[in-house]
Amino acid sequence: MTWRRLFRPAAVALAAQPILSIVCGFAVAGLAVLASGADPVQAFSALFQGAFTNPRAFTETMIATLPYIFLGLAVALGFKAGLFNIGAEGQFYLGAVFGVFIGYSVQGLPGIVHVPLALLAGMLGGFLWAAIPGIIKARTGAHEVIITIMLNYVAFQLTDFLINNRGPLADKTSSAPRTPFIQHAAQLPILIPGTRLHAGLFVALVAIPVVWFLLSRTTVGFQIRTVGLNPSAARAAGISVGWTLVITMGISGALAGLAGADEVLGVSHFMPPSFSTGYGFDSIAVALLAKSNPWAILPAAFLFGAMRNGATFMQLQTQVSADLISIVQATVIIFIAAPAIIRWIFRLRHTPAAPVQLAKTDGGATI
Amino acid sequence: MDLAIEWDQVHALLGENGAGKTTLMNVAYGLVRPDSGTILVDGNPVVIHGPQDAIRLGIGMVHQHFMLIPPLTVAENVILGHETVRAGGFVDQRAAEREVRDLSQRYGLEVDPRARIEGLPVGIQQRVEILKSLYRGARILILDEPTAVLTPLEVADTITVMRRGKVEATTRPSETNPAGLARLMVGRPVLLRVDKAPARPQRPVLELDHLVVHDDRRRVAVDGVALSVHAGEIVGIAGVEGNGQNELAEAIAGLRPDRGGRVLLDGQDVTRATTRHVLHGGLGFIPADRHRMGLVLEHSVSDNLVLSTFDRAPFARWIIRRFEAVLEYAQRLIKQFDIRAESPSQPAGSLSGGNQQKVVAARELGRQPRALLASQPTRGLDVGSIEFIHRQIVDQRDAGLAVLLISSELDEILSLADRVAVMYRGRIVAILEGDAIDRERIGLLMAGAA
Repeated sequence: MTWRRLFRPAAVALAAQPILSIVCGFAVAGLAVLASGADPVQAFSALFQGAFTNPRAFTETMIATLPYIFLGLAVALGFKAGLFNIGAEGQFYLGAVFGVFIGYSVQGLPGIVHVPLALLAGMLGGFLWAAIPGIIKARTGAHEVIITIMLNYVAFQLTDFLINNRGPLADKTSSAPRTPFIQHAAQLPILIPGTRLHAGLFVALVAIPVVWFLLSRTTVGFQIRTVGLNPSAARAAGISVGWTLVITMGISGALAGLAGADEVLGVSHFMPPSFSTGYGFDSIAVALLAKSNPWAILPAAFLFGAMRNGATFMQLQTQVSADLISIVQATVIIFIAAPAIIRWIFRLRHTPAAPVQLAKTDGGATI
Repeated sequence: MDLAIEWDQVHALLGENGAGKTTLMNVAYGLVRPDSGTILVDGNPVVIHGPQDAIRLGIGMVHQHFMLIPPLTVAENVILGHETVRAGGFVDQRAAEREVRDLSQRYGLEVDPRARIEGLPVGIQQRVEILKSLYRGARILILDEPTAVLTPLEVADTITVMRRGKVEATTRPSETNPAGLARLMVGRPVLLRVDKAPARPQRPVLELDHLVVHDDRRRVAVDGVALSVHAGEIVGIAGVEGNGQNELAEAIAGLRPDRGGRVLLDGQDVTRATTRHVLHGGLGFIPADRHRMGLVLEHSVSDNLVLSTFDRAPFARWIIRRFEAVLEYAQRLIKQFDIRAESPSQPAGSLSGGNQQKVVAARELGRQPRALLASQPTRGLDVGSIEFIHRQIVDQRDAGLAVLLISSELDEILSLADRVAVMYRGRIVAILEGDAIDRERIGLLMAGAA
């Protein structure tokens, strides 16, 4: 994508709404800070310091951005097929479990083989976990939102079972419930010495064009988008809607699993209980903010990474709760989902665009 | 633009797509504000700000694209917004169903109040729309593109022809004929009868062997249909909508599991084949509902033209799409089928109805099928597009295509079909050929009276 294309009037109009939604999100959060008796200017400048200007803040922001990129892509891909994958969190767990298992159990491989192998294992874990709701939906018409939510809890309990003190993946030498550390060869190399920024950054930066290519240049992507836009027409044209749903869920899960494996191999190097802290759920907001455009996932994920990373410092510095960023995230999504409000506030002209579609009722159960 | 509609009259408003009919009617229904001029009801000037005002004045409108909620039942759709609420905020379902049943019997619009809209054919959905207007106390009913079996000459008392936003002529059925109306609409003489040579049928291509198909509510919708369509002939299925035609078409196309009998395509048993298999086995399929099943409106014209072949050579290599090949093919079809599009990358939804349908026809005929299943191929289209699509179907017949034409427009059947099968309540009640093809007789058979 060239710069000129990026700044076409159409592209600017498309980006205006998410950007203005972010502005409004911060404005509402600022009011909340005021209401709690603190100074919003102080709070937001502390948030900015914590995210960017403190020592090592920028690389930590990048580290927090990485899972959002993979998971945002995962959720966005689901949206393209009209699927609402709320199960990214659970698929993230399964990816981490598969990744950490290959990471510590396989020995004697060089890093150049071991790292990709463990990442692929993570993708496989996510793929399989997400294919389950795909198959159930395709076979029975059950709504993926329900099944993926339920499978999240199964995933949490399953990992707890696997890594608790007596679990099959537990480190028997440790008193804390956790898996063994992965082999040194399985670690994603550190990019900047003295920081935690790891080579997973490159994996994430490759994942974006790959997903874009998949969606816009391949037959599979065309099938996914066709099913998402009009399942009846897809069926009448001979496209197997069921198979497309399964494969979409699978690929979406593979991306989420990649996030989990990337986190294990790059940051923690082992898997503790309660591994993710809501990355998978936040990513629904990332995908919505990016309007499911793979390229737009990058800035959206970066925003969420920065907020997550800066929040702790803000709380330390100003006593404003780190939960403030949840207010920002929530209001941003409300404004994204209700474009009419943004148009009204900023007096924008109405350019009829495809609405943000959360879930499609295609004869299956609806909620 | 002046138009006066009298009580107890069916006033037909005719015109090509884009002539301004829908806009005018939207003004009457309060959806569009007039820039100038007045509307009078019973001689009193009225201001209609929105549909609520229109309904209060007794004006009901049935839109071209129905305003129904698919997962709800007929009764629920009819009473929507005017529900009888019982204590505790519950809708009185039983009362609603009774009222709707009474209403439908009073006006002879037979419909099952408990059926879900999504499972109903378009013709029945239209009845529901009419019932909805009547339920709300409509005294003036506007039907936008009703397109049923009725033609203006048969039902109208007065006919007004519009062209480019102006009244071209106001006349009575007794004073005109179809060709005359068409000339007024288009502004030039139009060929109504399709010019065609006698059919020269060859071997059978599409054979239906005592096919039984169930509808969404698991009732028998197609009841032992036996029919064969030969290469080089057009077999028309005439019938009032809702007599099993949709289920028949969907079963042939592999979209609906057949419960009994066999479907043979080119001698191959495709009874249980997938849609993909049937399409690639040589069936061209023009579905009845082009917005829902024929097109992906958000996709470009060129993507719609390869909707069923996008993953085959030359349009794809392995899983990589080859856009040059798609574009080249699209440009060829756009030219061949006279699709009026600014560019092949334009979204299909931005085309006019006629051009949208040409995209569907071009896609299906462009694959060079051996049999064509065309369901309501010209519903809601302007005269020019109808003429064009009919021409294409006849030309392909002459080139050896076997055509099964399902249409509730009797005129379409009469002008295209070489043999006519009349469908009534899921059965083929007669197959007429040659001189036996007679409008009155078919009409009687369609009504189940023969």
